[in-house]
Amino acid sequence: MKPKSRRRNLRMWRDAFLLVTPFTLLYLIFFIFPTFRMVQLSFTNAPLVGSGEFNGLANYQRLINDWVFWKSLKNTGYFVLLTVVPNTAFGLMFALMVVRLKRIQSMVLAAFFLPFMLPVSVVTLTWQWLLDTQFGISQYVLRLFNEGKSIAVFNDPNWAMPVVAFVTIWWKVGFNMLLFIAGLQAISKEYYEAASLDGANNLQIFRHITWPLLWPITALVLTLQLIAQLKIFDQVYLLTGGGPFNSTIVVLQLMYREAFQNNRGGYASAIALVLFIVIMVASIIQYRVLRTGAAR
Amino acid sequence: MTSTSRITVPGLVGTAFTVFMAALWFFPLYWAAITSLKFEQDTLTKPPGWFPNPATLKAYGRVLWESNLLRWYFNTVFTGLVITFFVLLLCLLCAYAISQLSFPGKTLLYWALLAGFMVPGQALTVPQFILLNDLDSVNTYQGIILPQLIAPIVIIIYKQFFDGIPRDLRDSAIIDGAGEFRILFNIFLPLNWGITWALAIVTFIGAWNAFFWPFIITFSEQMMTIPVGITQVSDAFGVFYARTMAMALLAGLPVIIAYLIFQKRVTEGIMVTAGLKG
Repeated sequence: MKPKSRRRNLRMWRDAFLLVTPFTLLYLIFFIFPTFRMVQLSFTNAPLVGSGEFNGLANYQRLINDWVFWKSLKNTGYFVLLTVVPNTAFGLMFALMVVRLKRIQSMVLAAFFLPFMLPVSVVTLTWQWLLDTQFGISQYVLRLFNEGKSIAVFNDPNWAMPVVAFVTIWWKVGFNMLLFIAGLQAISKEYYEAASLDGANNLQIFRHITWPLLWPITALVLTLQLIAQLKIFDQVYLLTGGGPFNSTIVVLQLMYREAFQNNRGGYASAIALVLFIVIMVASIIQYRVLRTGAAR
Repeated sequence: MTSTSRITVPGLVGTAFTVFMAALWFFPLYWAAITSLKFEQDTLTKPPGWFPNPATLKAYGRVLWESNLLRWYFNTVFTGLVITFFVLLLCLLCAYAISQLSFPGKTLLYWALLAGFMVPGQALTVPQFILLNDLDSVNTYQGIILPQLIAPIVIIIYKQFFDGIPRDLRDSAIIDGAGEFRILFNIFLPLNWGITWALAIVTFIGAWNAFFWPFIITFSEQMMTIPVGITQVSDAFGVFYARTMAMALLAGLPVIIAYLIFQKRVTEGIMVTAGLKG
């Protein structure tokens, strides 16, 4: 009995080993190892390619005194403020608008959702054209708010970030809408029927039934957004390049610039580590929020 | 039920507003499409024309034959297919072991996967680039592909689906003398074709749309994927917006078509990767 089960165990271990090894190997080489390497590099003066020397906390000292770094942190926070809540609110609004439709539902859904499917550069190229200072069609709208003058939105420090945020919402809102639709469809019809029998109006129904029952989804969307938007790079890089005069530079772009344009691998790793810690904190918040959401 | 489907004035106003918002949201894509069908000089008229008049495919011709677009198509399709295939295969194997077998180190592996969610992939760009440079893989297909093979979320999803399969199924197959690989490919995989398709489509779309990593690892136009390539050429095009929009649409068309065909699978895939259902 004993040796036989041991043999079976050994065989299972062997099979399990064969099954997990391919992924685990890649995970170790291309994910775990780079994670530790990032930490190690951040304490060196390494260039992007080639070896460097241990320089203690020099990178971090420099970071604290680098106004562009603080600017990039501030801009990333600003972008998060401009996108997370509005994107969630629009997602919820569109979901509420879509679920009550019947015949035209799939068409309306597609209109809101299709942008999310597109590569970021298709989105930015389209909006660069729509917002072109001379010939962009959106300028007809902007001129109404600017005494008839066009606005070079991506060259204007006041306009650049809000417009990038707006483009981001246009692009990503479909994802949030989809999650909210799933959440709304999961709410039992009986609640609504009981409420309307009691004579509750739509606002009361939303306030006392939809909103509380939807909260776990809302919390999920908010935290997913928070983590995603902290990693902002693509749209900012493609639309403004961080300009004008660093007024829209974000953390990830500073990392990119220091590593790949200024050839400072060590310093860029220190910036990456800061982003890493910020996102880790956000992930922990997400975990806590979602757990309390589920416990309700 | 009858009370909610009755036509009311607020209901009609709501529907009208919904249609208006949907039209507004769709407008940029409409505008990109009609711009791409205009002659270059017609894109710059004031006021702009709402329809291409006359319409022409000239911009598409120039983009297809005078840029590297076809090459980028090939690069994107090829790397996308390789990434999708290996992500699914590797995760399928790993998830099966984690879900069905007990082996030393299993808990550690599982926690390492969960911990990985807290690490933003982009923060690893510098060490990953250095690593691939050491492997002589900068500006190559394997350079684009390798880091994109790491998708622990797919393991977590497969594991959840495998956990839901009755234990007896594997036990009786074992008694019949089947090995783990046969059980996986003859029982567990066929039972989960639905989720496999959903994950495959979402992974492919993700690889197609990936911008940051291909942007970092490729530098010659010959090796770029579509999302990276089209940002390089538009600068050269300058104000030739018909061409730029034709290129943007050609880059977006495959994912839009994929969505329209596989709508349900795409939705399912997005839901499970966001952590809903499953």
